[in-house]
Amino acid sequence: MSSSSSPVQLELKAPPYPLDALEPYMSQKTLEFHWGKHHRGYVDNLNKQIVGTDLHGLTLEEIIVKSYNNGNPLPTFNNAAQAWFSIWNHDFFWSSMKPGGGGRPSGLVLELIEREFGSVEALLNEFKQAALTQFGSGWAWLGYKDGKIVVEKTANAVNPLVADYHPLLTVDVWEHAYYLDYQNRRPDFVSTFIENLLSWDAVSERLEEAIAKAA
Amino acid sequence: MAFCALVSKKALGSALRSGAADLGSGLCQIRRLQTFSLPDLSYDYGALEPAISGEIMKIHHQKHHQAYITNYNKALEQLDEAIQKGDTSKVVGLQSAIKFNGGGHINHSIFWKNLAPTNEGGGEPPKGALGWAIDADFGSFEALVQKMSSEGAALQGSGWVWLALDKELKKVRIETTANQDPLVTKGLHLVPLLGIDVWEHAYYLQYKNVRPDYLKNIWKVINWKHASDAFDGEAA
Repeated sequence: MSSSSSPVQLELKAPPYPLDALEPYMSQKTLEFHWGKHHRGYVDNLNKQIVGTDLHGLTLEEIIVKSYNNGNPLPTFNNAAQAWFSIWNHDFFWSSMKPGGGGRPSGLVLELIEREFGSVEALLNEFKQAALTQFGSGWAWLGYKDGKIVVEKTANAVNPLVADYHPLLTVDVWEHAYYLDYQNRRPDFVSTFIENLLSWDAVSERLEEAIAKAA
Repeated sequence: MAFCALVSKKALGSALRSGAADLGSGLCQIRRLQTFSLPDLSYDYGALEPAISGEIMKIHHQKHHQAYITNYNKALEQLDEAIQKGDTSKVVGLQSAIKFNGGGHINHSIFWKNLAPTNEGGGEPPKGALGWAIDADFGSFEALVQKMSSEGAALQGSGWVWLALDKELKKVRIETTANQDPLVTKGLHLVPLLGIDVWEHAYYLQYKNVRPDYLKNIWKVINWKHASDAFDGEAA
């Protein structure tokens, strides 16, 4: 899930589908701005900031973890933190969606959801509530923690790499994520995300990785 | 509950003064809960163009501000009920919704007054006492504009950038608040003279990701007369 590859500069990774592939639920125009301007802007900014520092050449995860420094952030952390977290979050967001998304989970994901929440509907309801009660900018997450599926929300660019759960899914609820298509109607955007965009395949894949890591 | 809502404070007051029957029978606490409504703008939605589009003004006012008010009223009702039941957990649990939605109502009510069409004085720099205070505390009007724009652009996530009067120090300065936190959350001695909304909904349809362009253009429709009046009112 690393978004960097070159040892010299971080690269802007493209979503795993063409920019018009999520229409009509998320417009090409939104992707062009959200990925092409916002996400690209974070990558460009970060590259400018790390040139000549000892963060240059690390992967994105290494930069985040090294600078966060276990809760004692290094001086460089605050300046670029938003950029770093944002890049990771956006990579994760694009692959949390897929054309023809939605539907229902299966296998282990379904089992864990039903065990913890009783039903998929109950879990999705809680996820939606998290997305709607994240006042201001932020993200709602499905995560894996202590053998369970959890729902979390974070503000601005805060990112689970420094938290205590493995992220499985995210939805961006910064206004720029939905404003061109839904304006103020965040509830409609989140419902549509759940019903038409959410990639349960990605959730399954990430759950396997998380379980393997936790073992 | 409906009975409580109907009894006005005035009627209660006079009843008690005239020694009327004991209304404190424990049936309910007489309280009149004020509900809030959307204030009108004193200009048309399109009157601030091209600085801010009519489309943005309409959605911002009719959807966003209205939603804060609707949710604030709802939270207050729930708070009232929780207080009456003595449900402390619920009372405390409601604080974030009250701060967010109440703050949103406060902030946007100020914001509409901070804007004016250019043919009604929008963009005209302040003269008089506020003008001098800005020169004294920032060096020049241009310096203030530049600093406020850059602080607004640098604000991470959602929030507001303010020109504030510090009543204690009798100085003007720039503050930022996150989300819908009103200026008082930075200090009870701070009076908002001018607030600029830097939530994405304030500019996205027109300026997209380029918040600095929004901040460059909004100065053309800033109502400095209102800010001056607020300053004169407090600094006297």
